[in-house]
Amino acid sequence: MTTAPGSSAPDSFLELRDLRIHFPTEDGVVKSVDGLSFKLDRGKTLGIVGESGSGKSVTSLGILGLHKGGRAKISGEIWLDGEELVGASVDHVRTLRGKKMAMIFQDPLSSMHPYYTVGAQIIEAYRIHHKVSKQVARKHAIDMLGRVGIPQPDKRVDSYPHEFSGGMRQRAMIAMALSCDPELLIADEPTTALDVTVQAQILDLMLDLQREFNSALIVITHDLGVVAELSDDILVMYGGRCVEYGSAEDIFYRPEHPYTWGLLGSMPRLDREPTDRLMPIKGSPPSLINVPSGCAFNPRCAYEGRTGGKATTEVPQLAETEGGHLVRCHMPPAERRAIWENEIKPMLEST
Amino acid sequence: MVAFIVRRVIAAVLMLAVVSAATFAIFFLIPRALGQTPEGMASRYVGRDATPEAIQGAVKRLHLDDPLIVQYGRFAKGIVAGEDYSLGPRKAECPAPCFGYSFNNNQPVWPTLLDRLPATMSLAAGAAILWLIAGVSIGIVSALRRGTALDRAAMTVALAGVSLPIYFTGLVSLSVFAYTLGIFPGGGTYTGISENPVAWFQALVLPWITLAFLYAALYARLTRAGMLETMGEDYIRTARAKGLKESTVVTKHALRATLTPILTIFGLDVGLLLGGAVLTESTFSIPGVGKLVIDAIRGNDLPVVLGVTMFAAFFIVLANLIVDILYAVVDPRVRLS
Repeated sequence: MTTAPGSSAPDSFLELRDLRIHFPTEDGVVKSVDGLSFKLDRGKTLGIVGESGSGKSVTSLGILGLHKGGRAKISGEIWLDGEELVGASVDHVRTLRGKKMAMIFQDPLSSMHPYYTVGAQIIEAYRIHHKVSKQVARKHAIDMLGRVGIPQPDKRVDSYPHEFSGGMRQRAMIAMALSCDPELLIADEPTTALDVTVQAQILDLMLDLQREFNSALIVITHDLGVVAELSDDILVMYGGRCVEYGSAEDIFYRPEHPYTWGLLGSMPRLDREPTDRLMPIKGSPPSLINVPSGCAFNPRCAYEGRTGGKATTEVPQLAETEGGHLVRCHMPPAERRAIWENEIKPMLEST
Repeated sequence: MVAFIVRRVIAAVLMLAVVSAATFAIFFLIPRALGQTPEGMASRYVGRDATPEAIQGAVKRLHLDDPLIVQYGRFAKGIVAGEDYSLGPRKAECPAPCFGYSFNNNQPVWPTLLDRLPATMSLAAGAAILWLIAGVSIGIVSALRRGTALDRAAMTVALAGVSLPIYFTGLVSLSVFAYTLGIFPGGGTYTGISENPVAWFQALVLPWITLAFLYAALYARLTRAGMLETMGEDYIRTARAKGLKESTVVTKHALRATLTPILTIFGLDVGLLLGGAVLTESTFSIPGVGKLVIDAIRGNDLPVVLGVTMFAAFFIVLANLIVDILYAVVDPRVRLS
């Protein structure tokens, strides 16, 4: 794959341009990611939210190049620090993986090898990219475990993952991901498998470490509470596409896409009466093989009737409403804002 | 760890005691429960036209008129401490482990067993090495090249391997390679390794391949399935995300997890075969434990059948014990207190 003529290295540290990751299967092509673009600078955090199957994780694995050389058909551009990765060789992307960009996975128990000690796995990660002796790497591993807040790191370095608690495992996972000082860190549901109290600690830790390393951070989650805590910008994904993108304030205070409203309405909140019902989004996420025609969200959208029939016939474009706030919706911006102000917001706040 | 091993050893000994009781019950308790008299049981061991006196003599000699519990006690004592037998006119001392004397040739069972063991061990060891190497590597390659012509061909052969019985593949290989092409010697040419190592090797090539074919096919399928499962694990994705080379991901991360359960099965299979590879030994007329027990069954030679049963049980229990201990070493999650 060659870079499209005229495209040039962007100013941002990370930029995706029209990324598409399709998986051909016997039942048809699964369009897991279908034209995704965004930018991210060093020291900034992007939250990607959406339901299961919206393409969040495929995107993150795609950035790491983990779909390369497989069955996936990848097109578009991924620019990382002035380098294009979609067209780069499998081997070259591998040398960046773990060093320049690293990933923290969901469920650290299954994501760590059960037969190797935590230390051995961190040492391995470090020694792939640094030609140092085992002793030096071990010192580094102990140091990293200490930095992520594991007590007695010089002893725990020889423990196996199953000997750690869930929170400790996630800390160890973070230590492993950060062992080579990555400039881009992707956290895929980093706190989903954890207790609420541990969640807060892990989020704090990630913020601290991000400040320390000045790395770019992508947090992938379906938990709006987590992105609210961490993100500068938020990207809402639906059916493999971005449906709304904006600053955290845009998304939480001025959301314009009906799907984002639904996500906000599905969030349990302490400031509501326990008797109040959540406002779940009806239906289930679309099949990525047969994405609904027109707007992918139309079968579940309460405002589908206000588009003059375009919802089922025409794919809405991702358009700017103001100040970098992008929305993919057929309704005119003024109408969306009116619905938010007059219908949705009062409902979310009614107690 | 020591406590764990001690516990397992005790459990293994208890298991053998249970096996001995069950074996004894099958051969003595059940016939009696079904109405067989001590005389009826004895009459089978004294020849066709035995006089009532001869039968009575056999009953006395074999203590078949004692209560069953006493008979079992004597049987168990013989295994643990040895037993003195009166065989007609002469007295014989049968040292532990004593399984008595063959009815057919009056030879003590235990030395006969030990005599047959090298042939069985030669067969099992050679075949085990072959099938482990062939089966596991074919399984790995098949999994990594999943869906290709290579994978399909390998799995078709493997399906044939698990489906074809040894007395078929064994006879076909004998007919082709021994009797038609004359590359290898035919059946019944087994020679001890100490007598003539070259002849030993030549005589065992076909039995090794025949036995290994069956097991290699099983192991190829097991390894392939295990490998495919492992390659889909989250920790493999993590290993790739670290920037490891694919070859390292496969050898260091995937193989380690795939081979651990295979090791368990391997230990049990070898243990099972040491108790006699009945079909292979019969097909190729190898004078091993399996051939011994088949001949003993044909000849109604109860002490030998009992002896081989206990002998085979011993190897299976021993293999289980070794595998359990080994597993605790290989899989850190099984560290037991």
